[in-house]
Parts: sequence; structure tokens; C-alpha cells
Amino acid sequence: MKFGIQVNEGPFTHQASDSAYHFVKAAIEKGHEVMRVFFYYDGVNNANKLSAPQADDRNLVKLWGELASEHNVDLVVCIAAALRRGIVEENLADGFRISGLGQLTEVGIAADRLVVFGD
Amino acid sequence: MIHTVNKSPFERNSLDSCIRLSEKGSPILLLEDGVYAATSGTNVSDKVSDAAKDHPMYVMGPDLEARGIASDKIMDGITVVDYGGFVDLVVEHGAVNSWL
Amino acid sequence: MSEVEFDTAGVVKNFMYVNRKAPYGTIYALEVLEAVLISAAFEQNAAIVFVDDGVYQIKKDQDTTAINMKNFSPTYGIIEMEKEDAEEDEDMDMVWRIIVEKESMEARGLTPDDFKVEVEVLSSDELAKVMAEQEVVISG
Repeated sequence: MKFGIQVNEGPFTHQASDSAYHFVKAAIEKGHEVMRVFFYYDGVNNANKLSAPQADDRNLVKLWGELASEHNVDLVVCIAAALRRGIVEENLADGFRISGLGQLTEVGIAADRLVVFGD
Repeated sequence: MIHTVNKSPFERNSLDSCIRLSEKGSPILLLEDGVYAATSGTNVSDKVSDAAKDHPMYVMGPDLEARGIASDKIMDGITVVDYGGFVDLVVEHGAVNSWL
Repeated sequence: MSEVEFDTAGVVKNFMYVNRKAPYGTIYALEVLEAVLISAAFEQNAAIVFVDDGVYQIKKDQDTTAINMKNFSPTYGIIEMEKEDAEEDEDMDMVWRIIVEKESMEARGLTPDDFKVEVEVLSSDELAKVMAEQEVVISG
């Protein structure tokens, strides 16, 4: 089955992006395809390569990037939400790309399921 | 359709709205702070056990463990699942309505 | 990263946008609105639903001058126009609905006259049925 995922929160205030990450990993392990993860609202902070969590904390920015390269998951950061929050090409982490909000509607149409994680 | 609730019932009305606006028979999954609704002996336990008569109810095990809630504190009739179980539920029940 | 495109031609799904949060205190209302508007370009069915504090989003007479934040409530008028355009255009199959839950509205002492757009007021039970028919649910 094909999944689309929407992530509405960043990695340092809410649990939403952790839940999304674990869901995506579990879906892939079960043989499903995750077509795209769309980062919206503060979710765009998942793509900030300048974020530096402490050594004993998980680094979700890196974990997302690894997932993208290992399993060909399309990680899309909403451009309008990103610009508001200062996420631009210069500080965009590996594995992510910046694009329009139409990418959310598109995956909603193309995927069998869209799952939203937020606050 | 499957419904998910990620808010504590003691702080927000997400679970109330979910119960009010979900059709009988559609499953409800409690995750993140939503898992507190699954514990027995609270002042929302009656409401949750009533809801469990109309809806198959599930709770995320990893979120319970993280919050120090032992499985013997979970109300009867609520099934504990992991992330793989969450995926299976979504596959089985169609569109996901996240009560954010 | 290169652009990835999925084939969506000819597919029309039932999208529902669930608004449960008041405007201004948090940004959620604004960004759901932006998502609704974009979906018009894809000619998808849309149920734009206001429940709980979300009903405050469409309150008349919003004036943000003194808090110096963007007043985005005029955008709901654009959604209403899109909906009417879709109804009038015989070549367009998409159906848009703007729905308020009666119980949420009444709990907040509001009536349809308080809203800046024309809405369908549905009871919880009626809305539950509409919700159950949706294929994609976007909540903010």
C-alpha cells in the first residue's frame, strides 16, 4: 500500500515528528511504500541542518535524511511555511527538497492513505 | 475510517470531539499524550469504557512505556499496539482522521 | 533533490479539512486555509469543516489592527467564491462544502448570522456521516 505522511510540528517541541518517523519506518518494514513525507507548519524545522541536538538526544533531521536515502522517500518541505521560518536551500538538510503546497494535495490524491501527525 | 487522538483528555477536548463525531464501529487509536485516556481509575474512565462499547479502542504501547504506565493499568477492552500495529490498523480501516 | 511527480490525472477524491482551533492564538487556522486553496487547482472535492473552537475562524468583524497580525479572515470569502464557481461551472465536477457543527456553534453562543460566509449547519450525527465518507483528512 502507498502512504503519504504530513508532519505539522518540529522535532523539539512536540512528539509529532517522532511518531511520524516511527510510523514511516514501520510501514517500510512491512513492505509498504511511503511516497512522500510533507513537512508543513513548524514541521519544516525537521529539515534545518543547522539544528544541533545534544549528543544524548536523537537527531531527527539526520534520521529523516538517512531514511530518505535508504528507502527513496520523498521528503518535501512546504516553501511558504519554510520561508516564514527561515528554512532555505542554504540550511536545508540532506534528503529534503523545498516545494509548493500542491505537493501535499498531490500525494493525498496519489497515495492510498494520508496520515497527519501534528499537535 | 480510523480516528487517532494524541491529547490528554484532562487537558483538551480532542477525545470528546472524536467520540461525538465518529461513527459507531470505527476504531479509535490513542497515542502520545492521548494514552492517558486508556488508564483505569480516572475521572474519564467511565466515558472511555462507554466509547469502547461502540468503538474498537487501541493504545500505543511505546507511548505507555515512555510515560511509565504499566500494562495492568490499562482498562479492559483496550488493545495495546506498536507502530507496526498502527500501520496495520491504517491499512485495514481506510482514511485516517487525526484529532489534532 | 529533483522534483518528484505523481500521476493524479482524472482522480477526484473527497478531501476534508478539519478546523478545530481558534485563529490568531496559533497559526494552524491560516495554514489549513492555504492548503484548501491549493487543492482547488487539482479540482478535488473538499469539505471544509469547522468544529470546536474552529468555528471562531469564520466569525464576522475580525480586526487585527491592534495586534498587528495578518487578518486572514477575508480568505474564507475566497473559499466561498471557489465553491460557488464550482457549483456554476457545468464542466467542473468538484463539489465544495463549508460545514459548521451545530453543537460547537451553539456551545459558543453563536448563530449562522455570526459567520462571514454562508455555511451548512449539521448536527454531530449528520457531520459524523459526512466525515465517514472522506478519503483524505487534513487537520491542522
